[in-house]
Amino acid sequence: MTLRTFGFSEFGFLLQALQWTALLTVIALVGGGILGFAIALARTSGAQPVRMAAATYIQIIQGIPVLMILFLSYYGLSLAGFELPPLIAAGASMAIYASGYLAEIWRGCIQAVPKQQWEASESLAMSPFQQYRYVILPQAIRISLPPTVGFAVQVVKNTSVTSIIGFVELARAGTLINNATFQPFRVFVAVAILYFAICYPLSQLSRWLEKRLHVGTSR
Amino acid sequence: MSYTFQFGALAPYQGEILGGILLTIKLSVLSIILGAFAGAILASLRSTLGRPVRFLVDAYVEIIRNTPFLIQLFIVYFGLPGLGLRVGADTAALIGMTINLAAYSTEIIRAGIEAIHKSQIEAGEALGFTRYQIFRHVIIIPAVAKVYPALCSQFVLMMLASSICSAISTHELAAAAAFVESQTYRSFEVYIVVTVIYLALALMLRGLLALVGMWLFGRRVARRSLRPIPEVSA
Repeated sequence: MTLRTFGFSEFGFLLQALQWTALLTVIALVGGGILGFAIALARTSGAQPVRMAAATYIQIIQGIPVLMILFLSYYGLSLAGFELPPLIAAGASMAIYASGYLAEIWRGCIQAVPKQQWEASESLAMSPFQQYRYVILPQAIRISLPPTVGFAVQVVKNTSVTSIIGFVELARAGTLINNATFQPFRVFVAVAILYFAICYPLSQLSRWLEKRLHVGTSR
Repeated sequence: MSYTFQFGALAPYQGEILGGILLTIKLSVLSIILGAFAGAILASLRSTLGRPVRFLVDAYVEIIRNTPFLIQLFIVYFGLPGLGLRVGADTAALIGMTINLAAYSTEIIRAGIEAIHKSQIEAGEALGFTRYQIFRHVIIIPAVAKVYPALCSQFVLMMLASSICSAISTHELAAAAAFVESQTYRSFEVYIVVTVIYLALALMLRGLLALVGMWLFGRRVARRSLRPIPEVSA
């Protein structure tokens, strides 16, 4: 019996799996972005109960492992009668995970907009919606770009955890190829290089944005 | 949806879960100590020695920060034996966690060191401090105090990420959860209980780190370390 070795076709398989990693990242960032934005708004709301509820949500999501969110949604919910396809379970879990961190990042960005901007827009008789739409958010979004891109790196890396529940993305593909070739060092270094090839440019972009936008945070 | 919770089914497996908790704590505490220490040393070397060292440290930090923890664990656990180094699952987990945390700590402490103003060092020189004294009192301690909250966040993230070690058959808390699930088939109950335990561990770790911070750097720094994590990767 001859073992398969780690060659071009195996590398092609990794590249295919990379697409699922990318898709999962996009789902996590879009879903987590929408949810996270709502929570960031709640976190900066004037009503204290709303603020507290949002803060609790953030503390809980930041206090539990991504893996547990995955286990709960994948095994737990399926047992409870919701049979979720892995992509949906994985995507939803990653979105919930991302929402907890994005909410806190964006809360910081909204609050980094100087208070005078609120007062000025209020004195122009803007409604709260107008204040957000025309004055606060345009500035907050600018401030939020570098940390958001930086967080995208965390999301790309954390999608690897979905391999533990059997979702075939890059990390899982690496495990499968390793099982066929028994060349763990080569296989996983190749996998690591692929992750690095996505994450490093994003990290650099985040750093560049930070310098470029030169955002002074008011702390 | 008709699902009746039966948390009682977990009772016989208390021992498993407790063992998992203890290993999670042990791995976390050891890796935090080793990782923070290594990070402080690497960040110091990077800022004091010449270019080659700086390049090497930066390369290490970038490589670790831009690849998933799971893959780092796989390389340590499955890859090292191929190079003639056989490590057990627990040791591999500790090595992986330390390597990972050291990189993040280096990056965080580096930011702290760079935030120390040059005039502070000049002031230290004017006071007749030796280079070692300047480094200790003017650079490293204020730098760590400055970034202590970010370090704490990273420590908590590492504790949570230790759950990923279950993928290389380290019997920590997440692995205990998976084991109990496979025995009882009460997935929902097991994972809810274990999630709550993780949450409690995270809160306790935060509290503990705040106490340590208060002891080391005073109340203001400690209070900031209790906030949620906005600066995960900025």
